[in-house]
Amino acid sequence: MIETALTDLWYGFGVALQPHNLMWCFIGVLVGNMVGVLPGMGPLATISILLPLTFGIKPVGAILMLAGVMYGAQYGGAICSILLNLPCHPPHAVTCLDGFPMTKQGRGGVALGLTVMASFVGASWGITEMIFLSPILVRVALQFGPAEICSLMLLGLLAGSTLARGSPIKGVAMTVLGLMLGIVGTDLETGAERFTFGMTHLDDGIELVALALGLFGVAEFMNSINQVVSINAKYTNVRLRDMRPSKSDVKQAIAPMFRGTLVGSLCALIPGTGPTIASFVAYATEKKISRHPEKFGTGLIEGVIAPEASTHSSVQGDFIPTMSLGIPGDAVMALLLGALMIQGIVPGPQLIKEHPDIFWGLVASFWIGNIMLVLLNVPLIGIWVKLLTIPYKYLYPSALFFVCIGVYAANNDMFQVGETVVIGILGYVLLRLGFHPAPILLGFVLGPRFEENFRRAMLISRGDIFVFVERPISAVFIGLCVLLIALQIYVRIRGAKPPIEIPTALEGAE
Amino acid sequence: MRPAQSPVVRLIQNLVRKRDFYAGGLIIFFGLVMTLKGPGYRLGTLMHMGPGFLPTALGVILICLGIAIAGTGLAVPEGEDEDILPEHPEWFGWACILAGPLCFILFGSYFGLIPAIFTCVFVSAHGDRTATLKNSAVLATVVTVFGVGLFSYVLQVPMPLLTWRGL
Repeated sequence: MIETALTDLWYGFGVALQPHNLMWCFIGVLVGNMVGVLPGMGPLATISILLPLTFGIKPVGAILMLAGVMYGAQYGGAICSILLNLPCHPPHAVTCLDGFPMTKQGRGGVALGLTVMASFVGASWGITEMIFLSPILVRVALQFGPAEICSLMLLGLLAGSTLARGSPIKGVAMTVLGLMLGIVGTDLETGAERFTFGMTHLDDGIELVALALGLFGVAEFMNSINQVVSINAKYTNVRLRDMRPSKSDVKQAIAPMFRGTLVGSLCALIPGTGPTIASFVAYATEKKISRHPEKFGTGLIEGVIAPEASTHSSVQGDFIPTMSLGIPGDAVMALLLGALMIQGIVPGPQLIKEHPDIFWGLVASFWIGNIMLVLLNVPLIGIWVKLLTIPYKYLYPSALFFVCIGVYAANNDMFQVGETVVIGILGYVLLRLGFHPAPILLGFVLGPRFEENFRRAMLISRGDIFVFVERPISAVFIGLCVLLIALQIYVRIRGAKPPIEIPTALEGAE
Repeated sequence: MRPAQSPVVRLIQNLVRKRDFYAGGLIIFFGLVMTLKGPGYRLGTLMHMGPGFLPTALGVILICLGIAIAGTGLAVPEGEDEDILPEHPEWFGWACILAGPLCFILFGSYFGLIPAIFTCVFVSAHGDRTATLKNSAVLATVVTVFGVGLFSYVLQVPMPLLTWRGL
């Protein structure tokens, strides 16, 4: 088994090292790294803006680049947290707790250097996991009938919406809203037009790019306009020399690095628990097993390394269900899956077999991209920090233009720019009412496939709704769904509080 | 009659102050739209589902979720931030942000890419309280030059640079 995996990986490197693929990967990680540093521009908005521009290039290059944006942003986010105490991106919020005190003590460079190292280790483990687990998952998943696929999707949707931030009921409501938006347009089976309200522009459904940019672009700008965040650039003079950790630092960092990696990879296996949860769990674990838990928050290297390693290992691990089962764990993965679908590639267990170049090329590019990021991060941190001083008032009008042209370029259709505005207003209203709009994207991308498989399952079972609990594999998934809901209710009643207070400077970002 | 009514009145008064009440209301509204419109697309049977089946089912689920959200709003004590509007509503800023893309649509459809970019950036930049005419104009010019170069020449987005289609 190891042999076939290595042959496949070798093939993957062959794909990823082709000059144009290498170039797209580089552009992806560079852009990702940059937006990871900029507050108020998450990977979601960036990937949505870049998405229409990838229609012209081959699917492999497109997906390498978009995935590069995603993990590149993770490297950038750490810089923001450690040097500026700004939790620009939720997965790095805990890093602030010990990262910024280290910076104040003049050890910010060391923290950054070790973070880059930990990130690489975490990511490498996540990639290894992907190489060996995906083929196994695929072998199992290929046996699935429509009923199993349906209950698996249900589990994915439920986990993605209840385990994310905020109230679980509101999360589920957002997912159902996403499913509803996915229904708009012509019904694939009967050709009936649904919820188009007579607008022929809506026949093909709501455009994915317009939805994503409305929710994570326009709504986000409305949320952060005139919310002045003063940036304290006092500690941002980090020289290359400062970043080299001493031997004792490295020694101290190794154990938390591997513990964090382990936590992250475990979190990646549970659908719906993305990097944000992984980083919090890793921090809490470190604190629990530490001999001096009271020192956390004063600039302990463990408090920086463990969450960062865990974030990266979980980011890579998140690709496993997305690529092998076609079930995305969070909004970014849903967007990447949407990108594949736009390129005419059907996600699901058959993907690895039908498009080995995409899967193995992507895996190989993860490693290449991570190495690029390590090399890039060291000299570029200074430049990224300068970028941080660009005031928001120049940033958002430019970004707004990118949103407009991005949506327009998707189909050369001005109507969809209008769609974005309407969805943006809706997104802002939802934000103000305490909803987190990310699960909408999850429901939107999975919706049409869910409906198709549901219909098929019902047709095969001759309208017997109990087919979902009668077939053993499907019954397991349904059981897990019930368990998940029961657990949420239990936690609710017990009134458990999150173990760590989240720093909330830019909560809405992403 | 009066004493029996007052707990209900108090309950309602308690409810309308809560943010979750409006959140649930919005979800119920979406659910109602779907449940009322769904059956119009033919429901079909479980075995042969019509196009209206899933929307109607989702609509019912949404209504239940909406009621649950509003209900939890009642059970939970009043939080600090129950206002639907933020502390300082930025009506002008919001209007500018929304007007930007609308300008892009309008000018893009009738006059071409250059006026579209310029007006989009210029108008939306005014949403910031410290924006001045000059600053916004400079920013808009820079973004226009960059945008035309990138999107028109490098990426070849099919949109005329300057045109006149009349109003």
